[in-house]
Amino acid sequence: MTLAVVTPYTVPVGLMDALQITILILVAAGATAVVLIRELVRQVLVLSVYGVLLAVLFLAFQAPDVTLSELTVGAVALPVILLLTLAKIRKREE
Amino acid sequence: MTPTQRRWIFLAGAAGLIAFYLWGLSGLPGFGHYPGPYGFIINRIAVGQTNATGVVSTVNFDYRGFDTVGEEFILFAAAAGVATVLRRLRHEREQSATDEAAGRDVPATSGAVRMVALLFTGPVVVMGWWLASHAQTNPSGGFQGGVVLATAFVLIYLSGEFLVFKKFSPVDLTDVVEAVGAGGFAAIGVSAVAMGLPYLTDFLPLGTVPGAVSSSGTIALISFFVGLEVAAAFILIIGELLEQTLLIRQGAS
Repeated sequence: MTLAVVTPYTVPVGLMDALQITILILVAAGATAVVLIRELVRQVLVLSVYGVLLAVLFLAFQAPDVTLSELTVGAVALPVILLLTLAKIRKREE
Repeated sequence: MTPTQRRWIFLAGAAGLIAFYLWGLSGLPGFGHYPGPYGFIINRIAVGQTNATGVVSTVNFDYRGFDTVGEEFILFAAAAGVATVLRRLRHEREQSATDEAAGRDVPATSGAVRMVALLFTGPVVVMGWWLASHAQTNPSGGFQGGVVLATAFVLIYLSGEFLVFKKFSPVDLTDVVEAVGAGGFAAIGVSAVAMGLPYLTDFLPLGTVPGAVSSSGTIALISFFVGLEVAAAFILIIGELLEQTLLIRQGAS
């Protein structure tokens, strides 16, 4: 059973597949980058970019609600909380 | 235990994990093939039953509303936990937000950052409010809207000072808003019980136009309360962290 609805804005199936594969590869690369980076502040910034990539992934897989959650939490709220924590820890080390 | 033994235990465990993982994957339906029937049924009946066109919200706040109450209280408990753990301890003291290393030049917030933060604050508030109040009509909802609203307060901090942030989000007020948000959700559910209906039954008028802002009864209302709760919880968490970073120091007062 398919629920295909064709509108003037419908992306052709082949193009959609290409988009999904591209974003899957980008997300895999982003996740690897987050794990491999050792410098903490840089890691948090890359984590934020990774959040944006994940948001695009969810959009490409037709989950706009999750896209919004991921954008707000993964790309903004989590990095902010991590950066503040890093600032606190650094202050104590000095 | 020698490193060799340890490595063998790891390899055995990893092999087992990979085997079970592949076994699990092989049983999944093909990519893009949804086995149903739950989603198909929801797609067919949701708009007719609730007049809400944001069907994801219908699932979150109505059909599976009870799950969402649980998630709501997870966030509530998390915020309360952060506030408890990050309070000022006896051996710590609060001081004004100055740099500890005296003599070091504190870099001033750049004009560009202040300008951009100021420019974005208003639109971000509008967008958060819009998201939190339009769960019933399109992809959005209280959670997303709440977090966006909270980021507006981070922008206020970026464009000004910590004290300005505190002025716009006093802890007492944030606490109350958070409690009202979390309690409001639960109270809507209990109201249904008081009317002799199952918990969280959508008892308000559903409106006549599917997808209108005034449609969907309790779905819109619950989303709004969730928005309040989430915004307040995030403001509280970020406020506590800012306070820890900027004001609280080691050493008795």
